[in-house]
Amino acid sequence: MTQDDPAALIGTVTGLLADYAHCIDSDDLERWPEFFTEQAQYRITTAFNHDKGFPVGIIDCRNRNMMEDRVAALRKANIYEPQRYRHIISLVRITGQSDGLVEAEAGFIVVRTMIDGSQDFFLAGRYLDKIDLSGSRPLFAEKLVVLDSDKIDTLLAIPL
Amino acid sequence: MTEMADVWVDDGLTQVPYAVYDDAEIYARERARLFQGPTWNVLGLECEIPEPGDYKTTHLGDIPVVLVRGRDGVLKAFENRCAHRGALLCLERFGNAKTFTCVYHAWSYNHDGDLVGVAFQNGVKGEGGMPDTFRREDHGLTRVKIAVLAGLVFGSFDWQVPALEDYLGPDIVARIHRVLPRPVKVLGYYTQTMRNNWKLYAENVRDPYHASILHLFFTTFRVNRLSQKGGIIVSENGGHHVSYSKLEQSGGDQDYDAAKLRADSEFGLKEPGILGGRDEFNDGITLQILSVFPNLVLQQVRNNLVVRQIVPRGVDKADIVWTNYGFEDDDAELADLRLMQANFIGPAGYISMEDGAVGNFIQRALPGTAGETSVVLMGGEDAASQGSRATETSIRGFWKAYRKLMDI
Repeated sequence: MTQDDPAALIGTVTGLLADYAHCIDSDDLERWPEFFTEQAQYRITTAFNHDKGFPVGIIDCRNRNMMEDRVAALRKANIYEPQRYRHIISLVRITGQSDGLVEAEAGFIVVRTMIDGSQDFFLAGRYLDKIDLSGSRPLFAEKLVVLDSDKIDTLLAIPL
Repeated sequence: MTEMADVWVDDGLTQVPYAVYDDAEIYARERARLFQGPTWNVLGLECEIPEPGDYKTTHLGDIPVVLVRGRDGVLKAFENRCAHRGALLCLERFGNAKTFTCVYHAWSYNHDGDLVGVAFQNGVKGEGGMPDTFRREDHGLTRVKIAVLAGLVFGSFDWQVPALEDYLGPDIVARIHRVLPRPVKVLGYYTQTMRNNWKLYAENVRDPYHASILHLFFTTFRVNRLSQKGGIIVSENGGHHVSYSKLEQSGGDQDYDAAKLRADSEFGLKEPGILGGRDEFNDGITLQILSVFPNLVLQQVRNNLVVRQIVPRGVDKADIVWTNYGFEDDDAELADLRLMQANFIGPAGYISMEDGAVGNFIQRALPGTAGETSVVLMGGEDAASQGSRATETSIRGFWKAYRKLMDI
């Protein structure tokens, strides 16, 4: 996959993010870990913690197995009201390239719809991604989800 | 209008009237009698404001306060509200200040909350200004009494409140020291907004009965079962509690193996390292949930340690401020375990996310409950310490302390 053409690169990352959001928003969570490399990091944190260097995550997966465990727990163990997300992802910025990884940033908002029809703006934030383009399809080698706010309404079951 | 004498149906602790969760008068009475009354409320950790002039803004009940370290190194707190027109004085979450100056009319205060400056006090060009009778010393900020235990900072609006250690009692003091034995460092914050009355969360944390039923992750992985060794300590006044348990096999490696070899469940973890841990307090206790009436929850889940502060936000809403912490001398492995096991807790926690929703399930079902009560009979009718965790004794303890202070 070429990394030389800036427009093509943005197109590749945009396509990856579109597929990623579609996977979550269509409740196809079993496929969610497939967007990551085996040793990928996936962490949800807040802008405050990120800026101050506080390391704790709201979700902190250190590899794809932990993401699969998340999905298994959501399906089999955790109890929460049926709900779905609608991701709206902003235009993508390419912020760097190194060691075969592309660094990209995109803003997002998520609207959460509950089974009773109540629908609220849920969260805003940004994805700080490192994307591995060396394989047959692009994969996240790292996905840091930085929430703009510290506050989570009720619970955060489904990944962002 | 609620007649306070009629709220409770009997003199006991087993029938909790649903009215306490959605009545505005009761909420106002709680502010006056609990949060402005003779209680100690957690405000934070001493390590959050290490230097003179360092401050943080927080809440005591739903009342905004500033906690600041004075030039003398002593912690002080006062209401975060200018004495002039009542505007918030301090807007930043954390900072360092020599004085606090209101943005509205530049009234300024020192670290003790004394009014030290009034813009144009003597008017402009000899006109206007404050009357001669105006005394700055009459317009200081309402001060909060501070006490510190094991690095935890508590505040009280009532300067006649019993000494903190007397308020807590020796059992609770010992269990606080247990999880705060060394200098602390903060690992990060988040806030979970609960769509329910604050007391539903205060009850939830005092309810070991639900733990292995609602939180199926626990049960599935044998992380916590009611058959485990453990118990409930309820303080003399009822308001504070400790629920603790030990895994049958103590020691990190055995836990890890147990998780991998678990044969009686259809659900196995691909990455069972999260279930490991270190017996860092050398007592085999892997879970300790401690509450201090009315607003503190101090939590140990394996090696994940958290201060949770309950902030009421109206009759049907509350914020839980989660402060993850470790110790300054944590080695790299232990520091990482705390972060790894943060996956258990918080709004996305494997064993806690349900708590964010279950209070709301009660809140939403309140219509039609006028005059009715819930049933809190598990484990008897009193609020004594118990060896079994199949009990609601510490919930009854909460109501024992609540009723006394509320005179309800």
